Amino acid sequence: MKPLKFIESNTIALPTTDIDTDQIIPARFLTTTTREGLGDNLFHDWRYKDNGKKNPNFLLNQDSSKNCQILIAGDNFGCGSSREHAPWALMDYGFKAVISTKIADIFKSNSLKNGLLPIVVDEETLMDLLDNSGEKIIINVEKSEIQTSTKKIIKYTIDKFSKYCLTEGIDQLGYIQRHKNEIKKFEEIRTWTP
Amino acid sequence: MEINKPKTLFEKVWIEHEVNHETSSSPAILYIDLHLIHEVTTPQAFSLLKNLNLSVRMPNLTIGTMDHSTPTVPVRSFKDIEIAGKSAANQVRTMMKNCEEFGIELFGFESKNRGIVHVIGPELGLTQPGKTIVCGDSHTSTHGAFGALAFGIGTTEVGHVLATQCLLQRKPKTLLIEVNGHLNKGVTAKDLILAIIGQIGVSGGTGYVMEFKGDAISNMDMEARLTICNMSIEAGAKSGMIAPDDTTYNYLYGRPRSPKGSDWDRALLRWKSLPSDSEATYDKKVSIDASKLTPMVTFGTNPGMVIGVNDSVPQKKNDKSFNKSLEYMQVLPGKLISDNEVDVVFIGSCTNSRINDLQQAAQILKGRKISKKVKMLVVPGSQKIKKEAEDLGLDKIFISAGAQWRESGCSMCLGMNGDTVSSGKLSVSTSNRNFEGRQGKGARTILASPLTAAASAIEGRVADPRKYL
Repeated sequence: MKPLKFIESNTIALPTTDIDTDQIIPARFLTTTTREGLGDNLFHDWRYKDNGKKNPNFLLNQDSSKNCQILIAGDNFGCGSSREHAPWALMDYGFKAVISTKIADIFKSNSLKNGLLPIVVDEETLMDLLDNSGEKIIINVEKSEIQTSTKKIIKYTIDKFSKYCLTEGIDQLGYIQRHKNEIKKFEEIRTWTP
Repeated sequence: MEINKPKTLFEKVWIEHEVNHETSSSPAILYIDLHLIHEVTTPQAFSLLKNLNLSVRMPNLTIGTMDHSTPTVPVRSFKDIEIAGKSAANQVRTMMKNCEEFGIELFGFESKNRGIVHVIGPELGLTQPGKTIVCGDSHTSTHGAFGALAFGIGTTEVGHVLATQCLLQRKPKTLLIEVNGHLNKGVTAKDLILAIIGQIGVSGGTGYVMEFKGDAISNMDMEARLTICNMSIEAGAKSGMIAPDDTTYNYLYGRPRSPKGSDWDRALLRWKSLPSDSEATYDKKVSIDASKLTPMVTFGTNPGMVIGVNDSVPQKKNDKSFNKSLEYMQVLPGKLISDNEVDVVFIGSCTNSRINDLQQAAQILKGRKISKKVKMLVVPGSQKIKKEAEDLGLDKIFISAGAQWRESGCSMCLGMNGDTVSSGKLSVSTSNRNFEGRQGKGARTILASPLTAAASAIEGRVADPRKYL
């Protein structure tokens, strides 16, 4: 995982609430055995018409959305299925951060494992970001700060360990493996066998 | 935590499995007792292990099955898998290869134990009280019905468990859902959990482990409890749990993978210490009166958009997401949900595909025919349930009513295997998600109990099952 310290990008807004992982990447695209190439089918059923042509009204298909790395979404983003294909698809498309008032637990955990930054803000901040979507904002990951297009600084909270892994590019598997003696000891002294 | 402080069921299981406690700067390392895997969310995890030249730490604690992309038409040979498409066949083949290479037991096509991952765990007696259970599937919460701490994980975490048998976890908060009063005739566990999600909302449980308690829960059989815990994720909860009791122990006794002999006695002693202490406190509490409920159905595109089967679709003029949802569903505010004509009925999924679910649907369909306009699929949760249902003659009831009787699998719940609902068609489904396109692109889904689904199949519109009971 590459260290993630700064994100400077225009934003895209999808204000719909409860965007589930079936919308992010429909189940029929999950028969893959790799992580790559899922970005083409990101938000597939909103992005493409039944005839396979791009839906020009969908924001991701508009020129202004090209190279946007920050998604501003309605409340409870990423609910539903545990498919890690959702953050893989978002990252493959080019997103580096998702901002919402609530982000579903499994999606949040999956995002952090892949270097996609989930940011939870209050309702007022979200409304502000949605109102000014398309503008450039800067996320300082180390300081846990968003600088809006109007130079306003918004602090957000993120779990310390998650921030450390993101900014240093720490692989969590390696972290667990460094505790292998403790795991072995746990297996030896517990009073039951699973 | 103080040793004598009263603890909840969740806290007891959590503490027992902490290899390392969490601190403000690091999460806990939690030991995993049972890891269930299926073909869709594991290939990239095995690739990671191969790339890093790692082995599986405890191959005997991981069990595999194939359920998501597998066909439900009879499978005679591996060639039949091509039905679901080339990439699905590749995924299934990859699963078989990976399990063989890493020494993991797999219930493959020939296995009598094959079935939906959350159905076979309990059925085999692998799911037990006090275990930590994970799977790359959000409905892993199902297993909490036995007093296990069970939750869905992503593929990277599947890799973590394979390599270390552990996960990095922050301790969730606790939410008590107390359900008192008796469920009325025709009102099932599915109706209750839909009502709960309707009350607290689809993110009402986010950050929490739910514990379901109260007379209504203690009076339920294991299958009903599994339905309840299965859908706790639909309220955003990390997991749903129910304290083990005699119903749990009676269900587990004698199952193929349940403890035997003196191991059983030892296990039982431990399990009996798990229920929440009477003085234990929760971060949040919600109460529900089960006796006030009617059969419930969804009307929108998330499982929190719930009304009674005889109710009208509500109105929320200024809520754009709400109205977008009604537009997708082609339902009108103020109109009865029962006015909607039904094209497809699906009985199955890890929510409602167990023998009692099938018996309930058969009870309604016996001696009756489904509407000619309706296509109906009945998909048992496992090959064992399929056999049990056939021994009881349920397959004949379904077939003579006009439904299709299939092999086990996830099937039309998420439509990965080719069992889909066509665009624009309305489905009444016993599954767990009514998201846009969940059952196929453009498909419209109404979630309901097996009773309501069967009644709707007969009438060709959303129907109250109580008149058939």
